[in-house]
Amino acid sequence: MDEWIEIGRVDTIPRRGARCVNTPNGKIAVFRTQDDQIFAIDNRCPHRGGPLSEGIVHGASVTCPLHNWVFDLSTGQAQGADEGEVRTYAVNVVEGRIFITPDLMLVAAE
Amino acid sequence: MSERLVIVGNGMAPGRMLEHLFEAAPGRFEVTIFNAEPRVNYNRLMLSPVLSGEKSYAEIITHGDEWYAEHGVTLHKSAPVTQIDRAAKRVQSSNGLVAEYDHLVIATGSSPFIPPVPGHQLAGVVTYRDLDDVDKMLAAGRGSSIVVIGGGLLGLEAAAGLKLRGMDVTVLHLAPTLMERQLDPAAGYLLEKAFVDRGVRVITQANTKQVLGQDRVEGVELSDGTVIACSMVVMAVGIRPASALAKESGLAVNRGIVVDDQMRTDDPHIFALGECAEHRGICYGLVAPLYEMGQVLASTLVGVPASYQGSVTSTKLKVTGIDLFSAGDFGEGEDREEIVLRDASAGIYKRLVLKDDRIIGAVLYGETSDGPWFFDLLKRGVDTREMRDTLVFGQAYQGGTPLDPMAAVAALPDEAEICGCNGVCKGKITSTITGKGLTGLDGVRAHTKASASCGSCTHLVEQLLHLTLGAGYNPAAVQPMCGCTEYGHDDVRRLIIAKGLKSIPAVMQELEWKTSCGCAKCRPALNYYLVSDWPGEYEDDGQSRFINERVHANIQKDGTYSVVPRMWGGMTNPKELRAIADVADKFAIPAVKVTGGQRIDLLGVKKEDLPGVWADLNAAGMVSGAAYAKGLRTVKTCVGSDWCRFGTQDSTGLGIRIEKFMWGAWTPAKLKLAVSGCPRNCAEATCKDIGVICVDSGYDIHFAGAAGLDIKGTELLCHANTEDEALEIIVALTQLYREQGRYLERIYKWAKRVGTPSILANVVDDRDKRRAYYERFVYSQQFAQVDPWQERVNGKDAHEFAALAEFGMPVAAE
Ligand code: SRM
Ligand SMILES: Cc1cc2nc3c(=O)[nH]c(=O)nc-3n(C[C@H](O)[C@H](O)[C@H](O)COP(=O)(O)OP(=O)(O)OC[C@H]3O[C@@H](n4cnc5c(N)ncnc54)[C@H](O)[C@@H]3O)c2cc1C
Ligand code: SF4
Ligand code: FES
Repeated sequence: MDEWIEIGRVDTIPRRGARCVNTPNGKIAVFRTQDDQIFAIDNRCPHRGGPLSEGIVHGASVTCPLHNWVFDLSTGQAQGADEGEVRTYAVNVVEGRIFITPDLMLVAAE
Repeated sequence: MSERLVIVGNGMAPGRMLEHLFEAAPGRFEVTIFNAEPRVNYNRLMLSPVLSGEKSYAEIITHGDEWYAEHGVTLHKSAPVTQIDRAAKRVQSSNGLVAEYDHLVIATGSSPFIPPVPGHQLAGVVTYRDLDDVDKMLAAGRGSSIVVIGGGLLGLEAAAGLKLRGMDVTVLHLAPTLMERQLDPAAGYLLEKAFVDRGVRVITQANTKQVLGQDRVEGVELSDGTVIACSMVVMAVGIRPASALAKESGLAVNRGIVVDDQMRTDDPHIFALGECAEHRGICYGLVAPLYEMGQVLASTLVGVPASYQGSVTSTKLKVTGIDLFSAGDFGEGEDREEIVLRDASAGIYKRLVLKDDRIIGAVLYGETSDGPWFFDLLKRGVDTREMRDTLVFGQAYQGGTPLDPMAAVAALPDEAEICGCNGVCKGKITSTITGKGLTGLDGVRAHTKASASCGSCTHLVEQLLHLTLGAGYNPAAVQPMCGCTEYGHDDVRRLIIAKGLKSIPAVMQELEWKTSCGCAKCRPALNYYLVSDWPGEYEDDGQSRFINERVHANIQKDGTYSVVPRMWGGMTNPKELRAIADVADKFAIPAVKVTGGQRIDLLGVKKEDLPGVWADLNAAGMVSGAAYAKGLRTVKTCVGSDWCRFGTQDSTGLGIRIEKFMWGAWTPAKLKLAVSGCPRNCAEATCKDIGVICVDSGYDIHFAGAAGLDIKGTELLCHANTEDEALEIIVALTQLYREQGRYLERIYKWAKRVGTPSILANVVDDRDKRRAYYERFVYSQQFAQVDPWQERVNGKDAHEFAALAEFGMPVAAE
């Protein structure tokens, strides 16, 4: 289980935007920041399940579209006064191709 | 057992007294209040802004129903007390309510004086004292002619307010110059000029002979034979202490109810408070003394020694744009000297009256910031010989070089009075800021009352906040847009244009944003400002838009979307309805609902189905209803002259025309309109951002209503004779709002901030300006009127509606 899984190309995600990877266990949101960093987190806000991929992306953070919680994309931690954490997944970018940690599928397989 | 305290009258004086009382002895008194007015307690000083439309009644309430409940106070509304039985220690109201007291406070205020000229009892003669009077005046309606008798503080505030409401106002004043009791003739003349410039007619030395009319007011005749036609007369010639009730009960009454230094009448169980009281021969007509009385009475009631020593008062006129301050005595006399400063071009006039080198009177017109300083010197009787040469230039000039305004406030002694209404001095404000850790104006108002009454010292309080908190508080640079910048919305808008900034990175670079790419607050705002200011040049940044405006549907709590197609003016037809039904079936849309905006909502659409849903709706001729947009939403209509037996104009047609003209436009916040075919107003036009009421003679255009988080009736903007004119005005108004509104600021908040006069000046009074706004809107529409659904059906932003990758089965299981 050490094979990274390819999920798509960087340039198919808008800068300061996100797209989803659908898995049998739910969606994973893959973000691209202004400076082309890529992050992957669960597409479910720990607050009330808001789709984080639909939020506004600023710096390496995203603001949830439902009630404006802000999450750090690299740690998954809620910022400011809100408390909560969203699961993050390791990603690897090679020549514009995005690979995601196989852990994802481990979870999915459980 | 708690002591029974009964209060007659629920005005400003007892309101304040009770606050002191509950603080000093919570729970000790069981309080019952009888109020002639049918409501809770409000800030009477602020009636003029309510009259002019600058504030709403809700905003001036000082003690709401919850306050009475919280303090266990029984408030009888609409219950004037008609009888005091001193032997039984009992009062009775006109509607038969009875209360027994241990202590009775009479606080009946004043009654407006109505000169007994013939015709004074006709319908249409009103006074100016409470909210009901304001409602009566407003009922006269835009365009009607009103005569205000009395050119004192009240009369002038009434005249200015009525003028702002679009009425045709004439002020009649008996003396040769306005406000002659507070102003000398020179300042009175300047004041008259300022009113005339505003379009108010002023006639001085006008002796009213009679009010003319059969059943209703039709005009006013002066003793020189002049007749002024009008439909309403506002009597504002003076007030009389309301002391009749006390007199009938056998209490000692001169002009007012006679009280001692503890506010006690000649009956030891009865006190009098406020304007109805006479203390050392003086009856007051301003709040500052009443607040001092209230404090003394509260102390007396709880048994703490206190005594009222009388007050020196100062006056400010609360008419937006006119600065006027007066205090003390400014009559001429042998033993008096005066210093006068005039700057005709700047419209400034200052006059100090001195006796034995001490200021005994001050009149400031046009520039009043030194008012508190002069008033302080006056009250303390400071010898001014040393500063005589520069005295009139104000505090900033004392000690050589001029000080900036902040330094002037810094230089004030701790005892200097900042808030005249509440008698709050500088030291009290600064020590409360520090002691209670206050950070803003609201806190200072809550803890010290400074600037909480007439509001004219607000800027001084803000400067004190700044002085005390340092850079932590900046009164000039209002609220920053967000944590990413120091600039407020208005500065950013101004600089975008001034520096020609045409992209979000350019704004962030030039205005030194503190974050690399902003946040969810500033980015959508900047995107809107750029869209609005550079039509055709700036390319909309989808990633800086909230999800709804990015995918052109409303996100729901479960992450699905709702879709609302436009139904122009609320009209639809079988073909559209069939297409909606078919789409709902085809995509298994779980809910179909009629919205509050006269159209149909399809709720629960999956994101990936959106383009398909839109394609089918487009095919039936429907476009996005923008139910998600900070932009034009709906134009509600009623059936109007097409069908309705009362319809005066084609309200449906006009609504559709407006919606077709304005759809696609982005605005600072959402924009909702309505057109009603007659004043019955079935389209609810008078609570919309912009509303039209059709009448026989054309179209009344209303604006600045609210019916969401706040409730507020619209204000009448103007009347249009034709549909074309109505459309031009509505479009120009919208464009003005687009250019000035702060992001997320609805029209009613924007209007309140910039003031109705400036809006009238731009879109009503000046045809050329109106046309220019109209044309800028029309220009920007060519870039905005593109159906976003159609664009996406044709492939725009396809990445939004498809997953990056799909994994059907867990890899591990393979
Ligand atoms: C669908 C609808 C309710 C309905 O079932 O009838 C509705 C639904 C929502 N309204 Fe509304 N409002 C709807 C008519 C109204 C009205 C009535 C009207 O338009 O005549 C009002 C009062 C008038 C007004 O605009 O103030 C109204 C005042 C609000 C407010 C308070 C706005 C304010 O400034 O006071 C919000 C909150 C906001 O915008 O921040 C809001 C916000 C919302 C949101 C967008 C909540 C949100 O942020 O997600 C709801 C979206 C549900 C959806 O996806 O459709 N809605 N909302 C109505 C759509 C009308 C349409 O055809 O476009
Ligand atoms: C439009 C306007 C603008 C003003 N602007 C300023 C200003 O800028 N600065 C300033 O210092 N002052 C101003 N004033 C004056 C200020 O409002 C008064 O000094 C203050 O309200 C007096 O307070 P009060 O409690 O004595 O009387 P009020 O506030 O008048 O309250 C008296 C209450 O008693 C009720 N009442 C009367 N008789 C009875 C009865 N028999 N039974 C039960 N209830 C009764 C009345 O209905 C009224 O509600 C203004 C006044 C008005 C009308
Ligand atoms: S009132 Fe409006 S915002 Fe509130 S639940 Fe209903 S639709 Fe949603
Ligand atoms: S669901 Fe994300 S903030 Fe509420």
